[in-house]
Amino acid sequence: MLKFILKRILEAIPTMLVLITVSFFLMRFAPGSPFSSEKTLPPQVMANINAKYGLDKPVLEQYVTYLTNVIQGDLGPSFKYKDFTVNELVASALPVSAKIGAFAFVFALVFGVFVGTIAALNQNTWLDYSIMSTAMIGVVLPSFVLAPALIYLFSIDLGWFPAGGWLDGSLKYMVLPVLGMSMLYVATFARITRGSMIETMNSNFIRTARSKGLSFPYIVMKHALKPAMLPVVSYMGPAFVGIITGSVVIETIFGLPGIGKLFVNAAFNRDYSLVMGVTILIGFLFILFNAVVDILLAYVDPKIRY
Amino acid sequence: MLSKTAKVEALNNFSTNLEIEGRSLWQDARIRFMRNKAAMVSLFILFLITLSVIFVPMFSQYAFDDTDWYAMHAPPSVDHWFGTDSLGRDLFVRTFIGGRISMMVGVMGAFVAVLIGTLYGAASGFIGGKTDRVMMRILEILYAIPFMFLVIVLVTFFGRDIILIFVAIGAIAWLDMARIVRGQTLSLRGKEFIEAAHVCGVSKWGIITRHIVPNVLGIVAVYSTLLIPSMILTESFLSFLGLGVQEPMTSWGALLQEGAQTMELAIWQLGFPALFMVVTLFCFNYVGDGLRDALDPKDR
Repeated sequence: MLKFILKRILEAIPTMLVLITVSFFLMRFAPGSPFSSEKTLPPQVMANINAKYGLDKPVLEQYVTYLTNVIQGDLGPSFKYKDFTVNELVASALPVSAKIGAFAFVFALVFGVFVGTIAALNQNTWLDYSIMSTAMIGVVLPSFVLAPALIYLFSIDLGWFPAGGWLDGSLKYMVLPVLGMSMLYVATFARITRGSMIETMNSNFIRTARSKGLSFPYIVMKHALKPAMLPVVSYMGPAFVGIITGSVVIETIFGLPGIGKLFVNAAFNRDYSLVMGVTILIGFLFILFNAVVDILLAYVDPKIRY
Repeated sequence: MLSKTAKVEALNNFSTNLEIEGRSLWQDARIRFMRNKAAMVSLFILFLITLSVIFVPMFSQYAFDDTDWYAMHAPPSVDHWFGTDSLGRDLFVRTFIGGRISMMVGVMGAFVAVLIGTLYGAASGFIGGKTDRVMMRILEILYAIPFMFLVIVLVTFFGRDIILIFVAIGAIAWLDMARIVRGQTLSLRGKEFIEAAHVCGVSKWGIITRHIVPNVLGIVAVYSTLLIPSMILTESFLSFLGLGVQEPMTSWGALLQEGAQTMELAIWQLGFPALFMVVTLFCFNYVGDGLRDALDPKDR
């Protein structure tokens, strides 16, 4: 098992390298510069600025410098917010996104699996049909339609929750963003759970457990749940990726000071180093989480050899 | 009792009267698809939406970028069926023009993705061995890259060109397609008719395009139908962030973004585009599910 984990982590290194390289050269060859504004600066000043950020050196040297810095965990200075480094900006934004993302992920997983299990155990009854058709709506409705609809209903009409803002992450401000972000994944987890649960409940070992006279809740909790979770675990990777990507939209709608908003603003401001830093960070999180899911899958699924 | 010849004759008569028609896989699938009511209704609605996004803007009395300063934020009325937006532009026309762009991006994006994915997957699965391993390794690396973020970088830095958006979106989505097709190809590769083609001296490329690709077409058809709505969603995602199509042109995502900003005073600006988009996505999903059921050989 330890060897498998080590191998999985080693495999992530070339991926990381490709990501850093691609984003670095994409930035360098992009037309325009973060310092070109309406007011043209004197050439001496431009030269000074370029020298300060090391942009006057050959591209290859810049690349090597950047790579060594990134490996040491230093994402460089921000081009736009002159007093901040990328690390500081990310450090202030990441907790916001992490908090919402974690809530959304856990909610989607727990609630989705719960609802999906209920639908599976009541297969082809009105309960099943109503859960599944609601889930279909959840799958189809994009977050940028759902979130404004939630604001309209709960903030403007009913006035239960604030329409946006963060206020240091108080619970009231988090309800709508978390709901808007997680609905799609609640629905998807529910659909996946229902399918695999039905399959599991019809398998031979469940019949054996029933004929032994075990109680129904015991069978579901003790025997059926773990094998039925396999497809759910393998969907956890894509769900995580989707929630991070979705944070771009949700944070824009609700005006939250998170990573997604930081990224969109940085892209609009042509703040190359910040954009690059966030892309690399997110790529790192993707790779890390996918490795975790793979290891988890190897643990849950006895068929996987490592 | 009948004699033997009489029996044979009777049997012959019987069999000529029986009209047994051979049915191909595709005929079979079509019959099953036609029986699926949800899918047929969805297909019909999609047909109507496609027709209207093409023709409504042509025959409407308003142009999509005509501003009417006397009717800003006008609610739905006889003049403006869906009301007007913040610049007094007719939302009825804009919804359909936006739909035209969204559907176009969806179909084109899916087409690019299917083309790259099918060829890549078929090549990887068919050639096998070391090439297959390398190609799949590349795919795995690409999987781990946060593409949505790269696309955002791409469109902000290299200009908001609709063609670029097609290509960028299509280039993300081919990864899944390639995996599915590779799996199918691997199982096809061992079949006798492929060996026969080999023996006849058909080139590798010829076998891929003439024998492998047509045989994975069923599963490709299913996934492309499911890919179109996800492409529409991706385009809307970009447009919603203000990175997609640019004014005065519009798309469903761009309309939704405008609508979300003004929903307190003009809910119809959000409602109508959202309704059309959600119905379209719904229908594509149902048609895709229907196709999958119709083409799934396990379902015989």
